[in-house]
Amino acid sequence: MTRLVMGPFNRVEGDLEVTLDVVDGRVAEARVNAPLFRGFERMLEGRDPRDALVITPRICGICSVSQSAAAAQALAAAMGLVPAPAGAAMAALIHAAENVADHLTHFHLFFMPDFARPEYAGRPWHERAVERFTAMEGSAQRRAVQARAELLHVMGLLAGKWPHTLAIQPGGVTRAPGVREKARLAATLRAFRRYLEEVLFGGSLGAFAALATVDDLLAWGRGDVGLFLEIAADLGLERMGGGSGRYMSFGAYPLATGPVLARGVWDGKLRPLDEAAIAEDLSHAWMKGATAHPREGRTEPDESMASPAYSWCKAPRLAGQTVEVGALARQVVDGHPLARALSGGGVLARVTGRLLEIARTQEVMERLIAGIVPGAEYMARGHLPRQGEGAGLVEAARGSLGHWLRIEGGRIAGYQIIAPTTWNFSPRDGSGVPGPLEAALVGLEVAGDVPLSVQHVVRSFDPCMVCTVH
Amino acid sequence: MTNVLWLQASGCGGCTMSLLCAESPDLIETLEDAGIRLLWHPALSVETGAEARALLEDVAAGRVLLDILCVEGAIARGPAGTGRFQMLSVTGESVMAWVARLAPVAGHVVAVGSCAAYGGVTAAGGNPTDAVGLQYDGAHPGGLLAEGWRSRAGRPVINVAGCPTHPGWVLETLMLLASGEAVALDGMGRPRFFADHLVHHGCPKNEFYEYKASARELSEIGCMMENLGCIGTQAVGDCNIRPWNGEGSCTRGGYPCINCTAPRFEDPAHAFVETPKIAGIPVGLPTDMPKAWFMALASLSKAATPERIGRNARADRVVVPPTLRRPK
Repeated sequence: MTRLVMGPFNRVEGDLEVTLDVVDGRVAEARVNAPLFRGFERMLEGRDPRDALVITPRICGICSVSQSAAAAQALAAAMGLVPAPAGAAMAALIHAAENVADHLTHFHLFFMPDFARPEYAGRPWHERAVERFTAMEGSAQRRAVQARAELLHVMGLLAGKWPHTLAIQPGGVTRAPGVREKARLAATLRAFRRYLEEVLFGGSLGAFAALATVDDLLAWGRGDVGLFLEIAADLGLERMGGGSGRYMSFGAYPLATGPVLARGVWDGKLRPLDEAAIAEDLSHAWMKGATAHPREGRTEPDESMASPAYSWCKAPRLAGQTVEVGALARQVVDGHPLARALSGGGVLARVTGRLLEIARTQEVMERLIAGIVPGAEYMARGHLPRQGEGAGLVEAARGSLGHWLRIEGGRIAGYQIIAPTTWNFSPRDGSGVPGPLEAALVGLEVAGDVPLSVQHVVRSFDPCMVCTVH
Repeated sequence: MTNVLWLQASGCGGCTMSLLCAESPDLIETLEDAGIRLLWHPALSVETGAEARALLEDVAAGRVLLDILCVEGAIARGPAGTGRFQMLSVTGESVMAWVARLAPVAGHVVAVGSCAAYGGVTAAGGNPTDAVGLQYDGAHPGGLLAEGWRSRAGRPVINVAGCPTHPGWVLETLMLLASGEAVALDGMGRPRFFADHLVHHGCPKNEFYEYKASARELSEIGCMMENLGCIGTQAVGDCNIRPWNGEGSCTRGGYPCINCTAPRFEDPAHAFVETPKIAGIPVGLPTDMPKAWFMALASLSKAATPERIGRNARADRVVVPPTLRRPK
């Protein structure tokens, strides 16, 4: 057996270290370490509850709006406040723009550059991958960076700035759009659609979103998506880093009429989500305390960093089991036929989940803009209770994000956060069951100091390590 | 060519995300055109693991001469001064130790964001990880590096503060350094080209401010200084002169400036969205103005508030348009 310790693992958000035990050229065991602890949950204790809207977005510069949305929802629940429907729609639009921007960043800046590496020279697609995706140079990267910056004009118009906005509030949003904002937002989204259809997908978003089988997907053959699919078929990315097939989604973009994407759990069958069945196991985290539901959970770091723990990350489980979260999970739970056909899959499935979501969310954003009614009420008012509690369960780009808030004496008495990558990159639990990434790496063929297969599998989850431990 | 090594210490990565919002030209073109090459950036470079470690060792050992070291995020010194709350993966050393090794070999050191400059949000609420800025601990000089520390080029750490930083602040600082121009700093180590302005300058709520026509709840378009915690009249930054993400800013987005370019902004002695008052009078009035004059002018202008401005201040959009004066 040889041990391979990989890091600093870059082109992921935040700090990551992966330890692999390799036997006969294959991963026998994997351990994932989140080596950064900041202690946000502790910082929040004793504060005015509204401060969570300032502090929690700053957990993460890439999922900042998701943290805002979760905090606002937790506060609203504690206040017994229902957001103004038009305000909820604008919060959804702001959130959707972040999620799509994050998917774009992941594909172009984090994931694809590995295929431009010289190790792949000679593959029929390599020269095109070099031209399109070389880090900081590729023509696709340049175009994506521009398109992303322009899409984020949605933030300039509705959310002041990105990241770290205070625009999303428990009762709605702080800026009421008028006719001219509506027209400008529509123009921004039309430009973004043009980019997606001409460059990324090389075809109609509707046609991509209508794909139902893996064969049809692999035959797409256009745009940078087509290049990715060609690479995926050649390298067998479909078989690399397969998942458990258990997926969870908290349901994305809550509108007055319900979430745009469904809430639930999939394990070959769709089941309702039982939020009470969530618990965080601390057996392999540098944390003191017992397994608890986040409502009762605590964050007390073990500064001695004692074994057998090997990460600052807690191990969340749903009814004692791991679940995978993310764009693929959301699309599977929502019932998209292609996502269902890809369920249990690895690198290809996860990346396709994101591409599918870009195509589908564009249409959602356009619909939300078309539905803007200038003059509607965008903010409902409420009062913070002296005592109370509330949960905010949202879908960040990388998957299910939960905030659990307890207020006592008008101050924050407890605040627990479970981020998407806390689920996906969790360490082992008390029964020794590895987290989803740890499980996905087992059996993977590895070669060399920087095994590319590991790069592809790890990045296929689009980890956000700053959120993971927070 | 000017080379830049970028490290992410204890922070959220949001300053990099904001940097990617640079436009006309975009981030990649701006750097290229200015002759700035990223030796390594954790979010953007291809090199990972062993490749990245070799590069860092080359720089630390002086085999690659480093022009600019950018550090994003605070320096976590805990637990007990070990820095082990943030280990640089596989190297067996903390990020604190790495920054301490790399800073002396850099021509210039740039603290990107309020965390790297002063500790920022990473140091909030009792500072669980004993985080500091590169050359400041909150508002006190001396952080990881001592007050008198100077880079290879003889300069203190340049604090491009902000939470996040505006992409223009970072890029203009790098461009000035690359072209050999002096970057004048204010009393908190921030480049004066953005720190000589106040967030108040160019704020679209200026007319409301003139009359102290105040919003009482978020989403009302009046001035947010009196009730909603806005510190734009004291906070440094050209946020309302140059826009964010196309045409935004915090106050344009309808929420208060929380003074994110300042040390200790993360722990105000009140809720962020509430103005502390004594006997109904806001504490923390605009800088550079005698309090008595401010009070006198405020009560006078409040009494003189036109109906249009008073009504609009309490609405979430303009409900009373300006009176039209027809030419005679």
